[in-house]
Amino acid sequence: MIPFDYRRPDDIGTAVATVTGNPRAAFLGGGTNLVDHMKLGVAEPELLVDVTGLTSRDIERLPDGGLRVGAGVRNSDLAADPLVRERFPVLAQALLSGASGQLRNLATTGGNLLQRTRCVYFQDVTTPCNKREPGQGCSALEGYHRHHAVLGASRQCVAVHPSDLAVALAALDAVVRVQGPGGERTIPAETLHRLPGEHPERDTVLEHGELITAVDLPGLPFGPRSRYRKARDRASFAFALVSVAAALDVAGGLVRDVRIAFGGLAHKPWRARLAEDALRGRPAAPDEFRAAAEAELADAQPLRDNGFKVPMARNMLVSVLTELSAEDGAA
Amino acid sequence: MTNLLSPSAMGTDRVRVDGAAKVTGRARYACEHPVPHPVYLHPLQATIARGTVRELHTDDATALPGVLTVLTPFNAPPLETGTDAELEILQSPEVAFRGQLIGAVLAETPEIARQAAGLVRARYDREPHDVTLSADRDDLYAPEVVNPSLPTDTHDGDPDAAFAAAQRAVEATYTTPMLHNNPMEPHATIAIWDSDGLTLYDSTQGVHAMREVVTSVFGLEPDQVRVLAPYVGGGFGSKGTPHANLVLAVLAAKRTAGRPVKFAVTRQQMFSFVGYRTPTIQRVRLGADADGRLVSISNDVVEQTARIKEFAEQTGVPARSMYAAPNRRTTHRLAALDVPVPSWMRAPGECPGMFAPEVAMDELAEACGLDPIELRVRNEPETDPDSGLPFSSRNLVACLREGARRFGWDRRPRLPRSTLDGGWWVGTGVASSSYPVHSAPGSSATVRATGGGRYEVLIGAVDIGTGAWTVLTQIAADALAVPAERVDVRIGDTDLPEATVAGGSSGTTNWGSAIVEAAREFRQKFGADPHPGDELTAGMPELPGHERFAMRAFGAQFAEVRVNADTGEVRVPRLLGVFAAGRILNPRTARSQFIGGMTMGLSMALHEESVVDERFGFVVNHDLAEYHIASCADVASVQAHWLDEHDPHVNPMGSKGIGEIGIVGTAAAVANAAYHATGVRVRDLPIKADEFLEEAR
Ligand SMILES: Cc1cc2nc3c(=O)[nH]c(=O)nc-3n(C[C@H](O)[C@H](O)[C@H](O)COP(=O)(O)OP(=O)(O)OC[C@H]3O[C@@H](n4cnc5c(N)ncnc54)[C@H](O)[C@@H]3O)c2cc1C
Ligand code: SF4
Repeated sequence: MIPFDYRRPDDIGTAVATVTGNPRAAFLGGGTNLVDHMKLGVAEPELLVDVTGLTSRDIERLPDGGLRVGAGVRNSDLAADPLVRERFPVLAQALLSGASGQLRNLATTGGNLLQRTRCVYFQDVTTPCNKREPGQGCSALEGYHRHHAVLGASRQCVAVHPSDLAVALAALDAVVRVQGPGGERTIPAETLHRLPGEHPERDTVLEHGELITAVDLPGLPFGPRSRYRKARDRASFAFALVSVAAALDVAGGLVRDVRIAFGGLAHKPWRARLAEDALRGRPAAPDEFRAAAEAELADAQPLRDNGFKVPMARNMLVSVLTELSAEDGAA
Repeated sequence: MTNLLSPSAMGTDRVRVDGAAKVTGRARYACEHPVPHPVYLHPLQATIARGTVRELHTDDATALPGVLTVLTPFNAPPLETGTDAELEILQSPEVAFRGQLIGAVLAETPEIARQAAGLVRARYDREPHDVTLSADRDDLYAPEVVNPSLPTDTHDGDPDAAFAAAQRAVEATYTTPMLHNNPMEPHATIAIWDSDGLTLYDSTQGVHAMREVVTSVFGLEPDQVRVLAPYVGGGFGSKGTPHANLVLAVLAAKRTAGRPVKFAVTRQQMFSFVGYRTPTIQRVRLGADADGRLVSISNDVVEQTARIKEFAEQTGVPARSMYAAPNRRTTHRLAALDVPVPSWMRAPGECPGMFAPEVAMDELAEACGLDPIELRVRNEPETDPDSGLPFSSRNLVACLREGARRFGWDRRPRLPRSTLDGGWWVGTGVASSSYPVHSAPGSSATVRATGGGRYEVLIGAVDIGTGAWTVLTQIAADALAVPAERVDVRIGDTDLPEATVAGGSSGTTNWGSAIVEAAREFRQKFGADPHPGDELTAGMPELPGHERFAMRAFGAQFAEVRVNADTGEVRVPRLLGVFAAGRILNPRTARSQFIGGMTMGLSMALHEESVVDERFGFVVNHDLAEYHIASCADVASVQAHWLDEHDPHVNPMGSKGIGEIGIVGTAAAVANAAYHATGVRVRDLPIKADEFLEEAR
């Protein structure tokens, strides 16, 4: 841990300029991840720019039936919001399955998306880790990797992204609004996080100094028929072994539309496009769901100790879709 | 036979005497004592598992404003040598395990100390290390004794021949992982070394035990050292013996010219140098006749110790006394590794040593086509199979029967994998619990009249959250034949009469017996109406029954387990324990002890596991986000009940220790229930989802 300065600028422009101009500055949300990393020496910012008072803490209605969530909205407030619960239950469920009540009271929407992997080697500066220090090597590859990736990993890094919120957002086609030194841009939530490839040190496509200001949830008519399921070692207060976010639209016994994302399988929320494509227009039936899940997971490359994740993910998807199609029975 | 004290305050439900202070934040834990101008210590830890510290570059650290000094193996004050290798820190540059204390930064604030510690650069001569425990190592050895001083091996009859000839047999290997105690309050010390001598505010299970070790390591006389521990946030054994952190704080206090040194161990550091439970590998063989009567029991245990100091967990011991069988063997073999020194963790020996045999009993019941309770009943011994002595009381069968009744055991389907409910496989399981009645000499107590019919009772015991303070008040009240409101018990200070450590579930027996004796002699000398200031000190009398009887508490634990059919996730909606542990002195604090132990047993069954990365030689999941302990949501219904057990032999109160028995047997009950739910037999803890996902196996 090193000494650091702390600022609360009055406007977003100043905040962005301050961080952009200082490679050792960082935005501060609730601090529940960043401050831990500072204590552990994993992050050593010399300047913290607190943005909790700058980014919106409001949830606004969008004309298309969607919602705009300010980056400063606390996880607990987002999960409790009546519109979120009504229109996007998957999102509220994902949030409530994460962390603990105390943490959710502090954690912000922006900070949650940008929390870093829980890989034990990443969090211990005495062990090699390419994500923390490119070129050191990946300790997890041959080490303790029960929680690690089975899809999309590289030899450089096999970590998974831990956020539950991000998985729900990826499934919902959410759009992340970002303010940078050159102005505003939008990034589909699905592409915010990257696969590790040769650069595991980069979790996301954001540039240093880019501030998340809000997340837009586009209207989704079948959003109310969505669900988040998370498998974990403890009944609460544990990161996902595997999680599934799904929304399903069934008409006349056929899948009209579907959204699926997995958590706990990859370096990013894993939008299951293969499974979605396989299902559209097919009967909403367990064997179809199973075939779709298997298509999505066909390329899985488990490590020595995490092979269980593949059948776990498959079974969970089949059950979630089966439950949603039963819910949807009237349609 | 002892004349049992007649109960009036004892047995009643009394709130904790320290409860209000704790919940209102007035109770002062070790590092919270206000002291003038403290210096903060942050330790330096080895990042290799074996070798030598060649150099420690401390210039950058000492250059930091606010840093007072950096202690290293090259400049630290000397200690007495030959006392205890775990404690002889900074006396040589050798590194015996990763995470070993190799120095300390002393600074004006904890933040500066921590920052400066990060600036110290170590250079090592590395040697290859070895931290891998396995049963087929060729260097396993038999320790001379196992903890505390029990025989390493026992042999009765011819267990191998009897096993080979048995009509029903179970032979399997079971493992329990490395576990870390993790009490709520991490280890913490304030050390003040001034002209009065050495004063320690320490988070400890025994102030006198700490003093004894500190005096020997630092070459001091007892009257030069005072240890205080009025409130302690748990220990589970890890604070029963001093660890290197205490020595480091005292070494530092030698260098601060009387300024107090504060050393609060971080959660991460607790995985390095404050003890842990060894992993165990247990090869169990049970042979029985067709009716399920055991003819042969053996448990051959392999576990680890540290290269620098031996600790041999007595894992085979429960198999010596639990069930009758003419042919029996227990053995212990150790691998001495480049690891931190293992130590006590709640019910050492008994806890891991009841997991393997009690799962094996479940397997044997199935092999015999018997209900697992019936199997245990059929193997109930007449006398202690180990010592041959009669039991002072043994109510295992009554606990099993009462538990079965309360749990609804008769509704249990006979076959495993019979119940699927809402996507969850459901099953139930049972296991026995047992814990010896320990006592140790060395405690005394003072009774003092303070006027107006009030009394002070002084004893240097420590309440680590158990309720001892409250229960001692009740015992003293009955011993003096006054209401409990008239008694003030003072504890937690070496200036009070000597007391044994809070360990081995023996505190109440030792301290309570001393108090009863002091009260008896006090009344003899001063009568019913003493003058203020009259006082008397007496030691704990001998407890003659302990020579003539085998003494144990027993219990039965029942678990309901649900295993998710999709994910293999394991949950325990229901735990129920029935215990026979002599007189229950305070139902409120006793229930907390039982359900606390059972909860920790549940945590052991499903969650806790210190994962050692053999390449680096240390525990890599070293925080509570990664080392899982059961959360509230994991602990649904946990019920503890007890039988009214009369045992006139154990001590004047008629009580048996209850601090540890709750964790004994729980993990086996859960594993047995998981088998009953799914038909999958898990013999390695913790029981994880992975085991129940077919393609993963
Ligand atoms: C024990 C434990 C268990 C947990 N379990 C779970 C779990 O099961 N599931 C789960 O999803 N999470 C879990 N969490 C993580 C928790 O959700 C995150 O710590 C939290 O969401 C982070 O939010 P924050 O606002 O505190 O972020 P901070 O710690 O303040 O910031 C995190 C990162 O985001 C950056 N940042 C913050 N705001 C912005 C912004 N507006 N724009 C750009 N960058 C920004 C910061 O610079 C930093 O790099 C757990 C955490 C702990 C400690
Ligand atoms: S998996 Fe990624 S984060 Fe973990 S050690 Fe390897 S490089 Fe580091």
